[in-house]
Amino acid sequence: MKLSIGPIQYFWERQQVLDFYEQAASSAAEIVYLGEVICSKRRLVTLDDWMAIGRELQQSGKEVILSSLTLLEAASELSALKKLCRNSSFMVEANDVAAIQLLSTAGRDFVTGPTVNIYNNRSLQLLALKGLKRWVLPVELGLDTLKDLQAQRPEGVETEVFALGRLPLAYSARCYTARSHNLPKDDCQFKCLDYPDGRMLKTQEDQEFLVLNGIQTQSALTHQVLEQVPELEILGVDVLRISPQFRHTPRIIEIFDAARKGADLLPLGKELLSLLPLGACNGYLVDQAGMEYDTSQVA
Amino acid sequence: MELVCPAGNLPSLKAAVDNGADAVYVGFKDETNARHFAGLNFTERTFEKAVCYAQDRGRKIFVAINTFPQPRGFDRWQSAVDQAAAYGVDALILADMGVLDYASERWPDLRLHLSVQASVTSSEGIAFYHQNFGIRRVVLPRVLSVNQVAQVITDSPVPVEVFGFGSLCVMVEGRCLLSSYATGRSPNTYGACSPASHVRWEEMEDGTNTRLNGVLIDHYGESEKAGYPTLCKGRFQVGEHTFYALEEPTSLNTLSILPKLREIGVSAIKVEGRQRSPAYVARVTAVMRAAIDHCLLDPQGYRPKDQWMQQLASVSEGSQTTLGAYHRPWQ
Repeated sequence: MKLSIGPIQYFWERQQVLDFYEQAASSAAEIVYLGEVICSKRRLVTLDDWMAIGRELQQSGKEVILSSLTLLEAASELSALKKLCRNSSFMVEANDVAAIQLLSTAGRDFVTGPTVNIYNNRSLQLLALKGLKRWVLPVELGLDTLKDLQAQRPEGVETEVFALGRLPLAYSARCYTARSHNLPKDDCQFKCLDYPDGRMLKTQEDQEFLVLNGIQTQSALTHQVLEQVPELEILGVDVLRISPQFRHTPRIIEIFDAARKGADLLPLGKELLSLLPLGACNGYLVDQAGMEYDTSQVA
Repeated sequence: MELVCPAGNLPSLKAAVDNGADAVYVGFKDETNARHFAGLNFTERTFEKAVCYAQDRGRKIFVAINTFPQPRGFDRWQSAVDQAAAYGVDALILADMGVLDYASERWPDLRLHLSVQASVTSSEGIAFYHQNFGIRRVVLPRVLSVNQVAQVITDSPVPVEVFGFGSLCVMVEGRCLLSSYATGRSPNTYGACSPASHVRWEEMEDGTNTRLNGVLIDHYGESEKAGYPTLCKGRFQVGEHTFYALEEPTSLNTLSILPKLREIGVSAIKVEGRQRSPAYVARVTAVMRAAIDHCLLDPQGYRPKDQWMQQLASVSEGSQTTLGAYHRPWQ
């Protein structure tokens, strides 16, 4: 199995982004996804910058994919998407069907991200005919469904699983980070910069429940599949995706690297838990609520 | 502008038709549609009556088969498509690419609409479904401003339907997993958001707690009326504040912008609420019918009547309404 680094979901300072990818270049991950997938107002890193970062990563031997914006609203966002899909250097991860349309009609191969709804074989086969080369399993689907999908997977299509990260749960026209500061989206003052792992939303009983990341809502707990790595290998999963968090991502990649090479999962799992911003969950894998943590496979 | 109204059972369907709906949309009694609630929706017998009642009166009937089947259930979605087609419905409202592929291949003459659950917000997205499955209408998610809707209509290869009234999804439809994160069941997989099976109401000394699979969605003081714990409409803490962090309990109401929706070329106005009562359907349909007729007759002179607004507010969540994303400051 290969390891990938998913697109950064958060809004980080430009230098933080550059530093992050400098470290990524020497990591064990084979694939790196680049680009802004949440909010078109986040422009500290431009498309030209992403292309330059991509070329450097490519020289370090990484496969580089450019990820597209997830929720398209303004005409300017569609124009930016068209530009992204015309780039001649890298394959594109489509996070919306509009990108699939642009790429497939241009005869270009593509990857689909976790927000493209591929829930059954007929959808997978249809997209394979359009140029799909790799797809990310939607995060709410479990191992049983993955097994069924793998059984009839079209030839030449790789399967990627969201292996670690706060779950991307929802997208809105409204910016919740701005709202939490009583600001409108059009005058958000880039408050997202203050929350490099998202802003915590708690219940009135202080249960840390969700995380606000601009127009995106994430899980407060970090979904992680370390204990299921052997099973995912058996199911023929090709790629495990590590979604960047602000701290410890390089070490997390090392942990998954050790896991795929057959190291003892128990100490790795313990260390991994200590590196997460809050705690872990994996309920989706076993057809439970996504926030649950099934530890029956841990030891 | 066609008026498309919801019906979760036969009395609601009759209420919609009798009060002036041009089309009524329904679903079957299982997870093939996004209002999979206990006691709701149509069996084969009631479905046959529904089709007859609507079509005998010159109205259209649409069937929503707009959830996302997984491999083990795919045949149930196929059967739903076949059943609806066999009864000669006017259109299917579909979301999943696999189901669209099946329906367009098996029933090439049947009219297909792209459900809001397909989550398509741009002309390029619409073009994908038009070119591959021949969809003849798209229902837009409730995330676009009026100007953005206008842009989509200008570039869209097919007519556009938008939501005009009803409960408001604040997340882009078809890509919201909040409900399954808390309960294991989502609109995509199960056809319900914040399902009743996981709801608990707790009477406390100081009021009422509403929970979803144990998670406290809201706490109501004794003087407050407790609402249904829809996950995105609870009060949560962010920083120092406890507030409706995502959205208030409120309903979408577009009466004030109907002339604008007409001007930009909206083809159909959809009313949300298959889970609501026949009385709701009757009232909302009657108000929307009167408003649309006024608007078409005299777009310049059109003003929403106070009486209409009051009637709609009385059946709204939290008795309040909003323009939602249509109105930029809401965002």
